[in-house]
Amino acid sequence: MTKTTSILMGGVGGQGIVLASKLLAHVIQAHGKELKISEIHGMAQRGGSVLTYIRYGDEVASPIIEVGQADIILASEKLEAWRWLPYLRQGGIMICSTQEIKPMPVITGAQKYPEKILEKLQELAAAGKLGALYAINALAVAKHCGEPKAANVALLGLLAHCLEFPLQSYLEALEAVVPEKYLEVNKNTFLLGYQTLMRQQ
Amino acid sequence: MERKLMSGNEAIARGAYEAGVRFAAAYPGTPSTEVLEFAATYDEIHAQWAPNEKVALEEGIGAALAGSRALVAMKHVGLNVAADPLMTASYVGVNAGLVVVVADDPGMHSSQNEQDSRQYARFAKVPLIEPADSQEAKDFLKLAYEISEKFDTPVILRSSTRISHAQSLVILAGRHEVPIRPYEKNIAKRVMMPAFARPRHVAVEERLQKLAQYAEDTPLNMIEWRDTKIGVICAGISYQQVREALPEASILKLGLSYPLPQQLIREFAEVVEELYVVEELDPFFEEQIKAMGIKVRGKELFPMTGEIHPNLIAEKILGRPLAEKLEVPAWEEEPVPTRPPVLCPGCPHRSVFYVLKKLKLLVSGDIGCYTLGALPPLDAMDSVICMGASISAGLGYEKGNPELKGKIVSVIGDSTFFHSGLTGLMDVVYNQGSTLTIILDNRITAMTGHQDNPGTGYTLKGEPTVALEIGPICKALGVKRVREVDPYDLPALEAAIKEEVAAPEPSVIIARRACALLDKSPKTALNIDPEKCKVCNSCMRLGCPAIVKTEDKVTIDAALCVGCGVCVQVCKFNAIVKAGGEND
Repeated sequence: MTKTTSILMGGVGGQGIVLASKLLAHVIQAHGKELKISEIHGMAQRGGSVLTYIRYGDEVASPIIEVGQADIILASEKLEAWRWLPYLRQGGIMICSTQEIKPMPVITGAQKYPEKILEKLQELAAAGKLGALYAINALAVAKHCGEPKAANVALLGLLAHCLEFPLQSYLEALEAVVPEKYLEVNKNTFLLGYQTLMRQQ
Repeated sequence: MERKLMSGNEAIARGAYEAGVRFAAAYPGTPSTEVLEFAATYDEIHAQWAPNEKVALEEGIGAALAGSRALVAMKHVGLNVAADPLMTASYVGVNAGLVVVVADDPGMHSSQNEQDSRQYARFAKVPLIEPADSQEAKDFLKLAYEISEKFDTPVILRSSTRISHAQSLVILAGRHEVPIRPYEKNIAKRVMMPAFARPRHVAVEERLQKLAQYAEDTPLNMIEWRDTKIGVICAGISYQQVREALPEASILKLGLSYPLPQQLIREFAEVVEELYVVEELDPFFEEQIKAMGIKVRGKELFPMTGEIHPNLIAEKILGRPLAEKLEVPAWEEEPVPTRPPVLCPGCPHRSVFYVLKKLKLLVSGDIGCYTLGALPPLDAMDSVICMGASISAGLGYEKGNPELKGKIVSVIGDSTFFHSGLTGLMDVVYNQGSTLTIILDNRITAMTGHQDNPGTGYTLKGEPTVALEIGPICKALGVKRVREVDPYDLPALEAAIKEEVAAPEPSVIIARRACALLDKSPKTALNIDPEKCKVCNSCMRLGCPAIVKTEDKVTIDAALCVGCGVCVQVCKFNAIVKAGGEND
């Protein structure tokens, strides 16, 4: 079997991971690739961790991604980036929002929100363990564009730099998937996310 | 050729449409719920929510006997509820085809157990079909109807979370119209009393023999010859995981996985050097293959619990992992906090559990969002077993330990009450119990994603219908003490619970308020006045995700708060106010 690309999206229930994965699926499908998307929902709406696996290539067997297998992780919250980090392969890319959403055990004081997650990720990147680390405040980007719920679309803008598909395909996906009413704000959020990386480089 | 990205559940519904199915029924349950939601989008299919899985299957049996191809869907534990009609439907057979779709949940992503529903196929002596992706989910379902009609039997199509909730590309076909078959009365075949059932059991055994023969030749079962050093027998999602882990291995892929194709298995076993079975949960294939006298390795390598992923398959069979772990520096070990699901901000269930904990009552719980009332900081639940068990187990608590009398509260949601709470409540009255039953009536089946139920006034197709009233039902069951409370009104709620739990007879409180996620009205977030807040943590005991404590102060996250006002009633210092002003 030829190489399959594995992208893991992690976030918190209600953050809009589903839209981001739908958009990416549209892009992949437009380029004639095989793909599988696996979602765990059910109790996700109640603020739990949300996890989506996207795998594509000429042939895709398993719909899941295991420890050490993700080529890219897209995490819409810092703790979720930390939680799923072991799933990244050597030299994989971490895309992460710097937003913090405290889980209930942290809110009640039973557990502690880990410190210095970004610093540790930067340390990994500096040591050459990561292919790249892109961390932005996706919520701020989305808010700036007018729709805080579109934070994941800003991260998708970063992801667009890491995959083989042209920018135009993402814009077409937005047009096909997002309702007219929210299209403009989602497009702006996506492009601002995309440009953030150009500025960083 | 155009292909559509579909989840397994959507593909099953599409398969039903293409197969000419006219009737579909289900009770929602993760991971099976979307089968009926998608089926309902086709005008040609009469799709409906049943109050429980037993009713759904019985309706499906009736529809199939009447002459329409019928589909019934449920999660694995739903098949326990529907097991009674399944066992005898096997004897009765069908007229038009009948398929029972059951979605298992290995790994328990959203379930109370991880039973292996394949056992039901052997138990009921009906054929079992297992697709491995969305395309197969659609195509195999269509074949399932042919098998059902050819062999005069209900058929089980078994999915699992990774089939039902994984999306892959599907080639669509048109609908094959299957006319309603003529109805003919046949007492000896369909009225299952002993004299008629005895010959039907003989017919069932003969049918199983014929199905075993069919299993040898059906395209559902096939050998993929590759390197013959390693041969694996597998079905469903395990096929994909084996392909991922062992791309060189030969595979006997079972699509019709009960009864087993013994000849095909022998043929495969003779050629391959090492034979393995990879199957999640029970050694269902393995035990049958071993009983055939064939040497095969399965559960000595793989766990009986949870999902079996490619990495484990590679490790156990090839002796090496598929992927290298990311090397990280020797950072100080710091546990990663879990992110368990929580009751939403403004959830009307929260205050009920807050009061139950405060009053130190024994809470017999049930299945739904409100099961989360068992988690910290609410901790207000003593047991959860299955749909409807709250009320009946509550009565058992009372009869089993006299010291608990007067402290027992059974908590059940509206949809769960309709599902299987009525008979339990009837028994509390009949056997003169004194438990309090709180019906958390949030006007919807919330946990599975807001499905209608007999109390909402709408059908699955969105048409208006009769809305059953819970209060009069309880009264009709013989409960004299029935009252309604708004769970946002904390003092009234607490007073009602105190009074009713102490009553020496059965009592019901209907805590009625719509699910917070359904209330789309504009929200005004609350605010904590730092001047007045003494950081006493009282509001923290509600377990509301919108109330956040930092080192030395408590704040409200305005993005999450819906202004339900329950915390306002908990605060002794009047510190919680509407944003920008005083409370009314």
